[in-house]
Amino acid sequence: MSLLEIRNLHVKVDNREILKGIDLQVDAGEVHSIMGPNGSGKSTLAQVLARRESYEVTEGQILYEGKDLLEMKPEDAACEGLFMAFQYPVEIPGISNAYFLRSALNAIRKYRGEDEMDAMDFLPILREKVRLLEMDENLMNRSVNESFSGGEKKRNEILQMAVLEPKLAILDETDSGLDIDALRVVAKGVNAMRSPSRAMIVVTHYQRLLNYIVPDRVHVLVGGRIARSGGPELALELEERGYGTMEAAAGAATTA
Amino acid sequence: MGRWKPPLGRQLPRDADAGATPEKKGISVTAATEQKLENYAESFSRFEKLAAGHDVAWLQNLRRNALARFCEVGFPSTGVEDWRFTNVSAIAEARFQLARDGSSEISREQIEQCLPATRTCALVFINGRFSRQHSSVESLPAGLTISSLSGQIRQNPGSLEPHLGRYLNLQRDPFCALNTAFLEDGAYVRAAKNVVAPDPIYLLFVSIGDKDLVMSHPRNLIIAESGSEIDVVEDYMSLDGSVEFCNSATELIANENATVSHYRIERHNTRSFNTSTLRIQQARTANVASHSILIGGALVRNNVHPVLAGEGGECLINGLFIGTGRQHLDNYMLVEHAGPHCGSRQFYNGILDDKAHGVFHGRIVVHKDAQKTDAKQTNRNVLLSDDALIDTKPQLEIFADDVKCTHGATIGQIEGNAIFYLRSRGIDEVSARRLLLMAFANECLERMREGAAREHVEKLIHEHLSRIAKIGSVEKAPRGVSETLQEAQ
Repeated sequence: MSLLEIRNLHVKVDNREILKGIDLQVDAGEVHSIMGPNGSGKSTLAQVLARRESYEVTEGQILYEGKDLLEMKPEDAACEGLFMAFQYPVEIPGISNAYFLRSALNAIRKYRGEDEMDAMDFLPILREKVRLLEMDENLMNRSVNESFSGGEKKRNEILQMAVLEPKLAILDETDSGLDIDALRVVAKGVNAMRSPSRAMIVVTHYQRLLNYIVPDRVHVLVGGRIARSGGPELALELEERGYGTMEAAAGAATTA
Repeated sequence: MGRWKPPLGRQLPRDADAGATPEKKGISVTAATEQKLENYAESFSRFEKLAAGHDVAWLQNLRRNALARFCEVGFPSTGVEDWRFTNVSAIAEARFQLARDGSSEISREQIEQCLPATRTCALVFINGRFSRQHSSVESLPAGLTISSLSGQIRQNPGSLEPHLGRYLNLQRDPFCALNTAFLEDGAYVRAAKNVVAPDPIYLLFVSIGDKDLVMSHPRNLIIAESGSEIDVVEDYMSLDGSVEFCNSATELIANENATVSHYRIERHNTRSFNTSTLRIQQARTANVASHSILIGGALVRNNVHPVLAGEGGECLINGLFIGTGRQHLDNYMLVEHAGPHCGSRQFYNGILDDKAHGVFHGRIVVHKDAQKTDAKQTNRNVLLSDDALIDTKPQLEIFADDVKCTHGATIGQIEGNAIFYLRSRGIDEVSARRLLLMAFANECLERMREGAAREHVEKLIHEHLSRIAKIGSVEKAPRGVSETLQEAQ
């Protein structure tokens, strides 16, 4: 059984069909990259996986560990080990980052029937992850993402992933807007999390991130369908030739 | 009996409205027949014969003049600008009686539950009267005097004369006049020069029912002499479901370089009426923080009126009001800058659910000589239902030419994106709502100095918000989610 199996997924947003039949299988231990031009449906796919309820699934099925993901609430999916790093992390004034992280971890622990962690037990774990992501410890006492720089926000997403230790992590354009140093740190955090029991889906517009996080599989999404799949070399090919040829091919396929 | 004259002393800045007669400003009586003013006159004639200090001429005159003023103008109508958003006819039309002494019916355990477990000093007032048996004052630092006002009136009325009734403006506000007419009990707190009180001073005002509709008019006098430092918590609540009209007033005098944190907690049952005025008089470089927490009461009017009279004073006016059901919570701020180089910061956060109605009226008056004033005002509101209502109104009157005054107000909802973000991390929807409400409330809590008083307030707010988050999730979740949908797209 695959960790994630997407079958013929069709999704509408605002009555417009964005995903037009996606099939994808991700096994534990694998890193998949989903690439594609703007508007191809990459983020929609990520949001549907994270159970954003505003996306209307009109057809198809998503199985997560054999269970119907579309029947799960976002919090239940999270507790079952699914995590999405947001493209635009949300600012939450008034809740400290450390408190937020501990609340999230405890919600998940409680779901699994484990004891909740108090602040004293949690602090060393948090410290270790903060160091891994080369973050300023002061950020832990500040409100979640509030007045964080773009790079700090993205690192904060990866920090959450490191603390929550999901089985399936979806990184939604985590690289956009990052300078090379921040990118390197984010990639280091992600690579440190790679394990035989964990899968990742890295959604990105640019090939650059894949120099640091080398995927097992690359899928190119065009016009709501996976136009091509291949190994890491596909990303390099895209870098050279751009999405143009594939868009043309997809266009031809649609009209045909 | 001699005529009461205002005590002599330094000329105080005039109140903002002192120049205009109230009649001209349009205080009108909504047909005297509806208002039970004679009821107050009758109560007063019984009260004044027996009240503490009935033989003290200046005090009796203060009371009589106040009653006369009240009977002259009656309760304000919504035609008066200061009362535009708050209709007090429910108070005006009821026949309230001064409450009897209910202290024998209340056990120590009942009171114990209302107070923080660790404390050194708590005065307890039952239906407006000081209850010695429920109060406890452990070792106080030398120079800190804490007693009931009635006790102080009996023992040393002369000590009160220079202050009592000196700052409260009876002309502007009929409720202050009414309070002063029935002035007898409440707390008297005085910190002598350079005295630092290590623990907060709790003043707990509880009410219990009677066969009549009861009223009380607690009156507090807090004097912080130069260089002293005190924290005072005024906590108002009901012990049962009976209707009370609690009309309190506090005069807080912060002398040169004194530091005072004042907390007012309103948590009456939601059938009761609560009007209150906190009048702060600040001398040179005095630093005062006023924190108002309104979570109870059917109709609440919270007046905070600091006058920064000396140079370089700092005033923080911080508040949180949380309304559910049909609660009406009105916050009326009047911040007067009378001395130069003073700073005032107003921050009020409101959370309103169901059909609750909140009001924030933030008035800043900068007098001619108050150059280099830095006055800031922010009112932020979260509405949790379609029927909740907030009226927010800034009012700046600036007569000096070198000042900085800013104001801003926001009205919003709990953001769907934020709820989704929390849920996507494993936090269930009810907890997410509670966390976000607490985050909003925390903005207000974080402005309080860390310590026992803040912990007490924090606990009350968190308990209250947990209840709201639960109710909200059951009744409103489907709609809340659909709003999330629209926002996400």
